[in-house]
Amino acid sequence: MNIDAVTFLSVDLPALLAALFACLSCALVGNFLVLRRQSLMGDAISHAVLPGIVAGFLVAGTRDTLPMLAGALTAALVAGVMIELVRRLGRVEAGAAMGVVFTGLFALGVVLIEQGPARQVDLDADCVLYGQLEAILWLVPAGWSDLSDPAIWATLPRQVLQLAAVFTICLTIILIFFKEFTLVSFDPALADTLGLKSGLVQHVIVALAALAAIAAFEAVGSILVIAMLICPAATARLYTDRMGPQLALSLLVGGGTGVGGYGLAAFGPSLLGYDMAVNAAGSIAVLAGVILGLSILLAPRYGVLARITGRAVRGVAA
Amino acid sequence: MAMVGHNTLVVLLGATALGLAAGMVGCFMVLRRRALVSDALSHATLPGIVAAFLTGMALGVEGRSLPLLLTGAAISGAIAVATIQAIKRWTRLTEDAAIGAVLSVFFGAGVVLLSVVQELPAANAAGLKGFIFGQTAAMRTGEAMGLGALALLAAAMVWLFFKEFRLLAFDEGFARAAGWPTGRIDLALMALVTLVTVVGLQTVGLVLIIALLITPAATARFWTDDLARMLIIAGGVGAVSGGVGALLSSRFADLPAGAIIVLVATTLFFISLIVAPSRGLLGRSLRRARLRRALLAGELAP
Amino acid sequence: MLQRLLSDNFIPTADAGVGALAVSGLSVAYHQRLVLRDVTWTAPARGLVAVVGPNGAGKSTFLKAVLGLVPALTGTIEVYGRPLKRQRALIGYVPQRESVDWDFPVSALDVVTMGRYGLIGWGRRITGKHRAAAMQALDRVGMADFAHRQIGQLSGGQQQRVFLARALAQEARLYFMDEPLAGVDAATEQTILAVLRELDAEGRTVICVHHDLQTVAETFDHVLMLNGGLIAAGPVREALTEENLRRAYGQRASGLLLGPR
Repeated sequence: MNIDAVTFLSVDLPALLAALFACLSCALVGNFLVLRRQSLMGDAISHAVLPGIVAGFLVAGTRDTLPMLAGALTAALVAGVMIELVRRLGRVEAGAAMGVVFTGLFALGVVLIEQGPARQVDLDADCVLYGQLEAILWLVPAGWSDLSDPAIWATLPRQVLQLAAVFTICLTIILIFFKEFTLVSFDPALADTLGLKSGLVQHVIVALAALAAIAAFEAVGSILVIAMLICPAATARLYTDRMGPQLALSLLVGGGTGVGGYGLAAFGPSLLGYDMAVNAAGSIAVLAGVILGLSILLAPRYGVLARITGRAVRGVAA
Repeated sequence: MAMVGHNTLVVLLGATALGLAAGMVGCFMVLRRRALVSDALSHATLPGIVAAFLTGMALGVEGRSLPLLLTGAAISGAIAVATIQAIKRWTRLTEDAAIGAVLSVFFGAGVVLLSVVQELPAANAAGLKGFIFGQTAAMRTGEAMGLGALALLAAAMVWLFFKEFRLLAFDEGFARAAGWPTGRIDLALMALVTLVTVVGLQTVGLVLIIALLITPAATARFWTDDLARMLIIAGGVGAVSGGVGALLSSRFADLPAGAIIVLVATTLFFISLIVAPSRGLLGRSLRRARLRRALLAGELAP
Repeated sequence: MLQRLLSDNFIPTADAGVGALAVSGLSVAYHQRLVLRDVTWTAPARGLVAVVGPNGAGKSTFLKAVLGLVPALTGTIEVYGRPLKRQRALIGYVPQRESVDWDFPVSALDVVTMGRYGLIGWGRRITGKHRAAAMQALDRVGMADFAHRQIGQLSGGQQQRVFLARALAQEARLYFMDEPLAGVDAATEQTILAVLRELDAEGRTVICVHHDLQTVAETFDHVLMLNGGLIAAGPVREALTEENLRRAYGQRASGLLLGPR
């Protein structure tokens, strides 16, 4: 395997950084979805943003990021409110409510994409599903020595800077309101009796998930967003019973999966002698699944093997 | 009807049959609160489809042989459902996390395999992507007829095992205690869901097929508290969505069938949410207001 | 914090004759079915109150509606003479144990500290002072040794004591408890009863859903008897009569109370 520095710096490094920050933001916010048994909110949001993105494009008439982001965020919030309304007012069970709302919005997005103006550019539903990580290029640095100049980091591609900013926002908000987020996830009724509005906090959690999902989604696609919202947090659940370690571990797993999965996709096939690269977003999702699967089997206390042997030991003792 | 061609008519009837079957089977998924398991099932068909395609190529069979691809889809979908059950049973993870993880990881695996196929010189992957969002236009008449027949078979099976499925959906514990083979009934139900999903892949696509299972059933729930009626209404809503959607899409080139079918169903859902007399919004708030008035006026006898 | 200080100044003492809780015309409906009808009741300014009634009488619903956790169809709620919303800091709540996710990654001490989040305020750090108060509350229910256990690894009775400690950490004036003695071991029951008496002695009001009629008179001063509406209320000796019981429980009432009263 030999990759020259320029290729790595211009193609692989920006993609790696984008994957890293996307995975970190999703993994962090995902903890609260998993703990509140709302993992599928991630599924719902990442599908529901499609019409917003297309509408943003149709209104602005360009592929600029800002109108599309605004559209996506609006669609995500609309989806969140609609799911809540259908669930509360229609007394529809949460899973079905999500299913009805997000498929409806996604279908709307697919129809909008097929209309004239959107068709002119390469806005297609495929890249919504699995992103364009490979298309993020950083053509500025000419060699390793350039990286020591701090100014050069500001020239990173827009997507990478955006993802880094979103991660910083998520991390800051969660650190500041860690106590409130934990309380509302654990016992919303107590939060209400204490006068800490649980409804508001829940909306903030959904909004953060939407922010992480939307930022990540242009680079890595909606499927990886779902994988990253759920898998790292679920993996961490198998190792710890404390909130702090839960968050830290999920970040570690999320970041590691992002970097490792990209590495596997970009360099794995050539190591095996094939002259190709496989889809990076898909490969990160698969790696996340493998790590979760291994943890399910092998985690020291809550893993399947530990449970079986623990039961056997107890059985012998009894 | 005279204005549509023979092939279109078959596709249209096929979509109607699909909607009917999905609406009926979906009732049990919604009532068992497993609506989103079918989402994982449908997303998880992708790696099966692509793997079947690769297998077919290796064996020298034509890659786009529909029965082969759909068999692959059914197998990987079934593995996904079994994985969800196993995670739920053996770990502390909750069902929602299991569903989300399985859905995204299986789909991710499908995407990786798809990117491998695209790099193969001999392969033509264009047909495979059609399963993601559906592609009614590419359906051959024979295929459409076969799929329509399968959908009708699924609908008939639901009607045949109505009693057993009702027992399972209402009170699994009681059914088991009363000596019913709940495991096997559950398996039969999941097999039907898999069948409907696989049948719907070409028409609606794997991302949106879940809507045909959930939305008509949830719509029907607003109109009735009786399961048999719910089944009929859900089947009707599904059939109308499938038929109208396919018709609209055949008339207007820029309306993709899968998405339009789903939008028709979603529209019916929201109309029902508001106007359905028994559980709809208007009916309920009217009754609540009446209760409140009666209470304040002291008309209610203690 | 400011709000709490202000409200503190407004709490009339027991002598002022204003009840801790004034419920007026409260009705609650689930699914168009009236669960509670027109309850008007004023809790005493201090003491222990048992909320009794048969299964499905609306006891838990009453607590939840009073706390604003379920919407009321009609009626108003006042706590120490002011609307509930402005008196949150004065209220503590011990929910039924079933409603909790025991797998959640929090320790007993974490859970008790949550009782103080209202005092700490939005976005503020948990300081040592609050942690010490939480520890003290745990100690009061005999659970200090288990402070760092994950809550799922405690026994049912221990979990109940942790929830009681959480309410104590709130330093409320008025407590609501939903069947705190249901299904707990003898040691836990003794601890909870002792804490109830301490709260009473400190001049606080405790309103407690209670299912065991036989122990009402030993522990509580007042009783609120519900069955779809108010049946009777008042000091135990006056309200817990055979006739009221028959009105609440039907004919099964004979024998609910051991011996003549």
